[in-house]
Amino acid sequence: MRNGLIGTTALMFGLLASVGAASAADLKIGLSAEPSALDPHYHNLVPNNAMFTHVFDTLVDQDENQRMKPGLASSWKAIDDTTWEFKLREGVKFHDGTPFTAKDVVFSLCRVPKVPNSPSAFTIYTKGIEDLEVKDDHTIVFKTAAPYPLLPTDLSTIAIISAETGKFSGPLVFKKSGCEGVADYPATEDFNSGKAMNGTGPFIFKEFVKGDRIVLAKNPNYWGAKAPWDTVTFKPIPSDGPRVAALLAGDVDFIENPPSQDLPRLRKDKNIRVVDGLSNRVIYVALDSGPAPSPGIKGTDKNPLADARVRKALSIAIDRKAIDQRIMNTQAEPAGQIISTGLFGNNPDLKPDAFDPKKAKALLAEAGYPNGFEITLGSPNDRYMNDEKVAQAIAQYWTRVGVKTSVDAVTKSVFFSNRGKKIYSAYLAGWGAGTGEASSPLKSLVACRKPDKGFGTTNYSNYCNEQMDATLTQALATIDDAKREKLLQKALAEVQADTGIIPIHFEKTPWAMKKSLTYTPRVDQQTMAQEIKPAK
Amino acid sequence: MGYVINRLLQGLMVIAAMAVLVFIGVYAIGNPVDMLISPEADQAEITATIARMGLDKPLWEQFLTFVSGALHGDLGTSFIYNEPAVRLILERFPATLELALAAVLMAIVVGIPLGVIAGLKPNGIAGRSIMTISILGFSLPTFWVGMMLMMVFAVNLGLLPSTGRGETASLFGIEWSFLTGDGLAHLILPAVNLALFKTSLVIRLARAGTREVISQDYIKFARAKGLSEPRVILVHMMKNMMIPVVTVLGLEFGSVVAFAVVTETVFSWPGIGKLLISSIVHLDRPVIVAYLMLTVMLFVTINFTVDLIYALLDPRVRRKESA
Repeated sequence: MRNGLIGTTALMFGLLASVGAASAADLKIGLSAEPSALDPHYHNLVPNNAMFTHVFDTLVDQDENQRMKPGLASSWKAIDDTTWEFKLREGVKFHDGTPFTAKDVVFSLCRVPKVPNSPSAFTIYTKGIEDLEVKDDHTIVFKTAAPYPLLPTDLSTIAIISAETGKFSGPLVFKKSGCEGVADYPATEDFNSGKAMNGTGPFIFKEFVKGDRIVLAKNPNYWGAKAPWDTVTFKPIPSDGPRVAALLAGDVDFIENPPSQDLPRLRKDKNIRVVDGLSNRVIYVALDSGPAPSPGIKGTDKNPLADARVRKALSIAIDRKAIDQRIMNTQAEPAGQIISTGLFGNNPDLKPDAFDPKKAKALLAEAGYPNGFEITLGSPNDRYMNDEKVAQAIAQYWTRVGVKTSVDAVTKSVFFSNRGKKIYSAYLAGWGAGTGEASSPLKSLVACRKPDKGFGTTNYSNYCNEQMDATLTQALATIDDAKREKLLQKALAEVQADTGIIPIHFEKTPWAMKKSLTYTPRVDQQTMAQEIKPAK
Repeated sequence: MGYVINRLLQGLMVIAAMAVLVFIGVYAIGNPVDMLISPEADQAEITATIARMGLDKPLWEQFLTFVSGALHGDLGTSFIYNEPAVRLILERFPATLELALAAVLMAIVVGIPLGVIAGLKPNGIAGRSIMTISILGFSLPTFWVGMMLMMVFAVNLGLLPSTGRGETASLFGIEWSFLTGDGLAHLILPAVNLALFKTSLVIRLARAGTREVISQDYIKFARAKGLSEPRVILVHMMKNMMIPVVTVLGLEFGSVVAFAVVTETVFSWPGIGKLLISSIVHLDRPVIVAYLMLTVMLFVTINFTVDLIYALLDPRVRRKESA
C-alpha cells in the first residue's frame, strides 16, 4: 500500500514534469542577474543591455568579439573628421508592422537624455553627437564637435525604439539641448508592462513577471537570421548553487556564469555541455603611486610604490600560471596588459610578467627595501570570479619576497566605496572593456585623473604618466582604424614600461547547457538567446 | 482605555526609534552610485546621478525628506526600479504570504501529531526518535537543507522542480501558485524547507503541552469516567494543550513572513525576501528601509493586538497598568 502511494505520487509528479518539459523549440535560460527594467534606455548595465538586444536592434551590432558589424545601419563611413554618414537598412519592420525609418533613430537618440531617474544613463554614449541631419528616410548624417572615432561603437549601445510610442506636437527635429516636436516620450513603466516594447529585434515581448520570468516569442519577420526558438523564458536565479541545480534538474536548459568550483563536475556530466571563452574583463592590481604616506603601508615612512622598480618587483613576484591552474580552474588567461587578447588595440608584444621571486627581491633591494615593508591589499569578495582567493594568493607571493601583505576582502558595495575614499594602497579589481577596445581601460584606469576630459574616472591609485596621456589623447582623435590601433598599442606599452598597473589575468566566461545545445562564447559576457543553437 | 493609549504610544515610539536606527544604519553602508552606475560613466555623469538621487544632500536633510514622505505613506522610490518601494514590496508580498502559510500549515499538520505522540510516550522509541529529529530541525542551517532538498528531489530523483514559482492562477486579482498543479509542485520544496524549523518548534511545544496536561486531574477524571482513550486525547487533552501552540504560532507567523529570506534566495522564490537580498546587494536603500519599516510595523501591530487580547482575557493586566 505504502509503495503504491509513493508510486502514484511519483507518477503524478512525473506527469507534471512531462507537461512542463520543454519541447524542441522552447528554451529556458537561467540568468545570474535580473535586468532592473526592460526599458532599453534606462539603466546602462550588462544584464539590461543583454536583455534589450533580444527585442530591440541597434544601428551598429557587436559580434562575439565586439567587432562592429552592420545592424539597423547597413553601412556607415566617415566623410571627414567630424561628419559620419549612416545608411539605414531598408524593408525592416517593427513588431507592430510599421516600417523602420530615420525618424525612429532620431526619436531614440532624443529620448536617451530624457529618461527620468535613470540610475546609469546612456548619455555618455550620445553626448558627443552635436547634430543630426536626416537626408532621406534611410540616410542620416551625424555631426560631432571633435573627431570621434568611437561613434559607431557608442551607437552600438543605443537601442532603436519605435517613434510610434511617442506623442508629437510638431515635426521632430534633433537638438542637442533637447529635441523639438516631442510632446511625450514613453515612460520606463510602459516598457516593463510591455506597452512600449515595440522593437525590430529577433524576439517579440510576451510577459515580464518581476523576480520570476521574462518570456519572449520568435519574431517571424525578423530581417536577420531568425532565432531557432519559438519561445524563450528567462528565469533570474542569482544564487550560484541553485542555478546549477536548476540546470541539472532540467528546469532550465541553459545557464550563465556557473561558479568555477562546479565546472570540473559539470564538464564530467555527460548530459551537460560547458563552453567558455575569453572575456573583455581584466583583473588587475592597482598600486598607489602618489606621495607618502600611503594609507595601507607600514614599516617605512616613504611610499615605496611610487618607485617603478618596486611596482615591477610586485608584478614579477606573482605566479600567474599557478593562480590560473589552482584557483581559477583554468578559467583565466595570464595577462601582461589591460586589454584582452584579440580585442582592438591589444599589443601582441606585451607578454605576462614571468614569475621570478629572486629578481623581485633584487629589485626591492635596489630600490632601498631589502627587508621589504608591510602593505594591505584591498579586494571585493563577491564581485569577480574567486576575487578574494586570488587576492590571498597574491598576498602570499608578495609576502614570500619580503613584502608582508594582509588582505582586506569585503563585500562589493563596501569595497567600491572604500576604494572611492582612497583607503587602499593596493587593491585588486576588474575592468570590462565595454567598448571592446583598448581606449576604455586606458582612459578609465591609468590615465591621469582629469574629470573635465573624462580621464582617470576609475584611477584611484594616483598614477599619472603624461606621455601615455598624450598618446591616448592622440588615439582618441584618430579616425583611421589602423593608425588608432597602433597608437593604442603604444599607450599600453607605455603603461607597462613603468608598471603603472599590474595586470593579473583575463577572465574566461563559462556557460553551461544541455548537451543538445551549443553557444558561441561572447567577449562581452552577454547571454543572447538568438545565438544559442541546437547542437548538430 | 488608558491602557490602550499607553500601548499605542509605546508602539509609535518603537516605530520612530527604528526609523532613525534603520535609516542611519542603512545610509552608513557604501555608496549606491558605485553599484548602480556603469563603470564607463565619467565624473560629470556620476555627479549628475548623485544629485538626481538626492545623495549630495546632508544626512539630516535626507532623513527629513524620508520622514515627511513616510508620514504621507511614501517610503521612498527605488533607486534601481524607479518605482515606489512600498509598491515593489506589496507586489511581491503574495508570493511570500503563500509560502509562509504553506509552511505554517505544514508545521501544524506534521508537528502537532508528532509532538503529541512524543508527549504520550516520552521514553518510547518513537518519542525519543521524534525528539532527536526535532533537534536536527532546529540546528541544521536552512540554506544547507534547502540545497540538499534540491539535490535529492530535483536533481537526483527529478520529482520536483528546483526553483521559481511555476505557473500561477488568479484569485481575488492576485496570482497564486497553489491553484495550479505546476505551481503546487514548485511550492513543495521551499515550503518544506521553511517549515522545518517551525515544525520542530511545534513538536516541542506540543510535547511539553501534552506532558503537562496529561497529568492534570481532569484527564484522570475523564479516564476514570471510562471515556475511550482517543476521546480523552483528541477532545480533552488537545483542547488544552493547543493554547500555547496557537499563541506562539501566531507570534511566529510574523517572523516566517519577514524572514523567509534564506529559503526564497535558495529557491529563487520571487517574494519579498529575494527582493530584500537583491536590494542589499545593490544598495537600493529606499527598498531596504521600506522593507525594515514595514517589518517593524508588522511586529508592532502583532504585539499590540496580542497585548489587547491579553487585557481582554485577563482583568489583572488591566488593573496592574492603571494602578
